[in-house]
Amino acid sequence: MDLLTLFAASILINNFVLYYFLGICPFLGVSKKVDAAFSMGVAVTFVMTLTAVVSWTINHWILIPYKLEYLQIVAFILVIASLVQLVEMFIRKTSPPLYQAMGIYLPLITVNCCIMGLALLASLKEYSFPETVVFGVGAGIGFTLAIVLMAAIREQLEMADIPQTLKGAGISLIVTGIIALAFLGFSGMIK
Amino acid sequence: MTMLVPILTMGLLGFIFAFGLVFAYRKFVVYTDPRIEKVAEALPQSNCGACGFAGCQAMAEAMVLGKAAPTSCPVGGANTAQKVAEILGVKPAEIIKKVARLHCRGTKEAAPRRSQYLGLQTCFASHLMGGDKLCTYGCLGLGDCVRACPFEAMFMQDDGLPVVIEEKCTACGKCVEACPRNLFELHAAFQNIIVFCRSKDRGPVARKACKNACIACGICSRAVPEAIILENNLAIITDYNKITPQKIPEIEKCPTGAIGRLKKENEG
Repeated sequence: MDLLTLFAASILINNFVLYYFLGICPFLGVSKKVDAAFSMGVAVTFVMTLTAVVSWTINHWILIPYKLEYLQIVAFILVIASLVQLVEMFIRKTSPPLYQAMGIYLPLITVNCCIMGLALLASLKEYSFPETVVFGVGAGIGFTLAIVLMAAIREQLEMADIPQTLKGAGISLIVTGIIALAFLGFSGMIK
Repeated sequence: MTMLVPILTMGLLGFIFAFGLVFAYRKFVVYTDPRIEKVAEALPQSNCGACGFAGCQAMAEAMVLGKAAPTSCPVGGANTAQKVAEILGVKPAEIIKKVARLHCRGTKEAAPRRSQYLGLQTCFASHLMGGDKLCTYGCLGLGDCVRACPFEAMFMQDDGLPVVIEEKCTACGKCVEACPRNLFELHAAFQNIIVFCRSKDRGPVARKACKNACIACGICSRAVPEAIILENNLAIITDYNKITPQKIPEIEKCPTGAIGRLKKENEG
């Protein structure tokens, strides 16, 4: 699979939210406004890319040579937690407005399962280093795409006449399901 | 040996990351005003939001930046204002303790019921059904306010009305919001002349619905015309400062007791 195909596939076909159903928590929690959703998407993309790089390095230089693959989860959690801290400090120093805008979402990424999923999936599929990086960036963009789409729909839903029982999380999950079905159509593009 | 390798690896990894973070922290440290932390400690930390900010931390930041006065925390009261003012090195403004007070005296005896309410036992639900009292303005007695009070400063009395324990009341305003009939208002604690009624019914109707209702007879407003007016068949105190102690006996001539001094629980 060449890199471009992998990139497109990780955005559209193997979309983390709509195909793997990972990271549903921030997907539902931060998708009320398009601006906030976009910020969250950017933050996730950033952390995903870094995680992809560092987790590949650790996996291939430390864990595999010493036959410690069973420590993957622990090691990746360590990587993700540290990286999010680092990114938080960096953003706080360089761009206070962005820090303000991201607010609580940034620390929330630490416990976001799509980051963990990315690290584990990349190692499971035995991607090479360039593949892992492309997979990370693509997955991040895919997440951003999904969450922004969702936020745009939910902004419209605010004005729609929704049955009382479906308001909030109910209708959001139904909409997510429908978007996921639509994205299923992309899966025919690549063999 | 087999155990040593993973332990060492993970330990080393953790060590490297920790050092990386320490180094990054040194490099990217952002100066935050140490007073923010101190002010936040002086605040009640109940994060109730009564001040209008997102929480005690946000309140502390606003106080240090001068966006809010040291007296902005209604829950902490004078003590907190004093502490905050000391930390910030400013003079605290006078803070008047406020308390929530009920504007209804429709006890079980005074206000007859027109029906029996068996629905969801909250004032809000009962209010939607019109309430079970003949008086459509009075206290429903199901204790939404008591449940809303985060400081346990209220309890339901046997006569069917809630009582505010003024020593515990912090004037956070949760009961004011909770009451579906808007019977609570925040008053300065030293101010104890109150209209104990919100009924806008005409005199005869109001009296039939509750023995203690304001019937808009006008005795109080004639006694102190500059401070009390009649509006919508209800006496309203427009200016508490103009009610002098000499006028209080005249006001207390109210035939139904709908206006008068607030009696403390121990006074009976």
